[in-house]
Amino acid sequence: MNVTGKVFKYGDNVDTDVIIPARYLNSSDPKELALHCMEDIDKEFVNNVKTGDIIVATKNFGCGSSREHAPISIKACGVSCVIADTFARIFYRNSINIGLPIMECPEAAYAINAGDEVTIDFDSGIITDVTTGQSFKGQPFPEFMQKIINSDGLMNYIKNK
Amino acid sequence: MGMTMTQKILAAHAGLESVVAGQLIEADLDLVLGNDITSPVAIKEMEKMNLNSVFNKDKIALVPDHFVPNKDIKSAEHCKCVREFALKNDITNYFEVGQMGIEHALLPEQGLTVAGDVIIGADSHTCTYGALGAFSTGVGSTDMAAGMATGKAWFKVPSAIKFNIIGKPSKWVSGKDVILHIIGKIGVDGALYKSMEFVGEGIANLSMDDRFTIANMAIEAGAKNGIFPVDDKAVAYMKEHSKREFKIYEADADAVYDEEITIDLSTLRPTIAFPHLPENTKTIDEITEPVKIDQVVIGSCTNGRIDDLRIAAEVLKGKKVAKGMRLIVIPATQNIYLQAMDEGLIRTFIEAGGIVSTPTCGPCLGGYMGVLAEGERCVSTTNRNFVGRMGHITSEIYLASPAVAAQSAIDGIISAPNA
Repeated sequence: MNVTGKVFKYGDNVDTDVIIPARYLNSSDPKELALHCMEDIDKEFVNNVKTGDIIVATKNFGCGSSREHAPISIKACGVSCVIADTFARIFYRNSINIGLPIMECPEAAYAINAGDEVTIDFDSGIITDVTTGQSFKGQPFPEFMQKIINSDGLMNYIKNK
Repeated sequence: MGMTMTQKILAAHAGLESVVAGQLIEADLDLVLGNDITSPVAIKEMEKMNLNSVFNKDKIALVPDHFVPNKDIKSAEHCKCVREFALKNDITNYFEVGQMGIEHALLPEQGLTVAGDVIIGADSHTCTYGALGAFSTGVGSTDMAAGMATGKAWFKVPSAIKFNIIGKPSKWVSGKDVILHIIGKIGVDGALYKSMEFVGEGIANLSMDDRFTIANMAIEAGAKNGIFPVDDKAVAYMKEHSKREFKIYEADADAVYDEEITIDLSTLRPTIAFPHLPENTKTIDEITEPVKIDQVVIGSCTNGRIDDLRIAAEVLKGKKVAKGMRLIVIPATQNIYLQAMDEGLIRTFIEAGGIVSTPTCGPCLGGYMGVLAEGERCVSTTNRNFVGRMGHITSEIYLASPAVAAQSAIDGIISAPNA
């Protein structure tokens, strides 16, 4: 499976409080959460993001609170993949579990710039920066994670198994 | 190859003789926890799958604590969803507002977490129970849903960093200073995906409440879990609080660690994490310019236990908070509240010019009960000082121990009691 989109670029330690501030956690509706995604780090994100776009960040993306509302809000904005040098472990688990593709690829995380157009091939793990012509080899998902993502999350995967 | 303490607990719960770091396993769960923010998402997931029952009604704990007592209509709806689910499934350990407390203070106090357990909770600070020698880790709502339905969860077996604790801390140094010192040293991703295993003779000099604080903030170093050996103090705590049988696991002598770090408690000083990351630490001696403070919060799953309130009251006894200072004290459970009342601590806080709230996570995550305005600064005994965590995105949070928080409330600037 391939995805292509424009890149929104962030730095180290993007925490789940800035991805979806707790003042909005009195809701668990994905559409409502999507209205406030990234609000405390990038107010313009929700106005500019389009279906298929990609988030690229450096170290420890998604650190802090275990709120699943964070990957839910990113997915509900239409983001097709998050690429980072490293992810915080609960965020990593949550993203797989709700079917939001994420990839660890240090080279891509530092080389790709905001606004670049990027294509990702999930089967091979190849990330291509169409704007600069560079390409990077990320980790393809293990088979069971690919199945969870294709099923749109862990619960559907268990149900269909 | 030898196993760490964490690896031994995971192996036993996966029905395996041994495990190695990196191995994917499926483990049986002794407890699945959720709160009023994370449980509704898990409950919806279960409904989506038409799962109408839980694996074991005694092994699930539902603790509405974040926006409880309900702060608005939407949070009331969330709590209602959790309450109805608990009633429908006859969940033994559902805690209504009058019995409640902040989940990670409440569960050990109620004897629901003991040594040797494997526990998942849909709250990142679930790692707290490592203080008792349990493997416990935070997960999201979907993992909670799968855990409630099946009693199992998959894990990647973590490698570990060994922290050799030696020495004895000085009078005003407590568990919070130990863990802030460690996070300052290794960074907010210093233990990413790993266990933090604490060992050494110095642990005998740490109270159980100190250990809960330390294990609680393992997640702030990115760790999967933090864990302490089970000594006489831990056994005494479990015997006092729990009727459950516990099992003591010890790391093998030839267990493999990624790294070993020695922490000499006698050299530690009161330590403060500056905005906006828990790793931005300074000792009290390294603060050269006065940092003016508007609000002080003493409480949370990190520092709302009785030892914490005693230390704060010792500092505040007979003193007044600075002019314009808002001091908010939150005992973490109803029992701690009663104990603080019996010991006269509540009177001390109110006479000093503070307020005392019913147990809630409220201000720690900017929910309610102490939200910060533009540009305001707060010294807080909580666990995170991220941008906007407690309110406006230009507000600032300084993480500290109860001793530093109490002294700062009196002085109006960040300060520590004199030793």
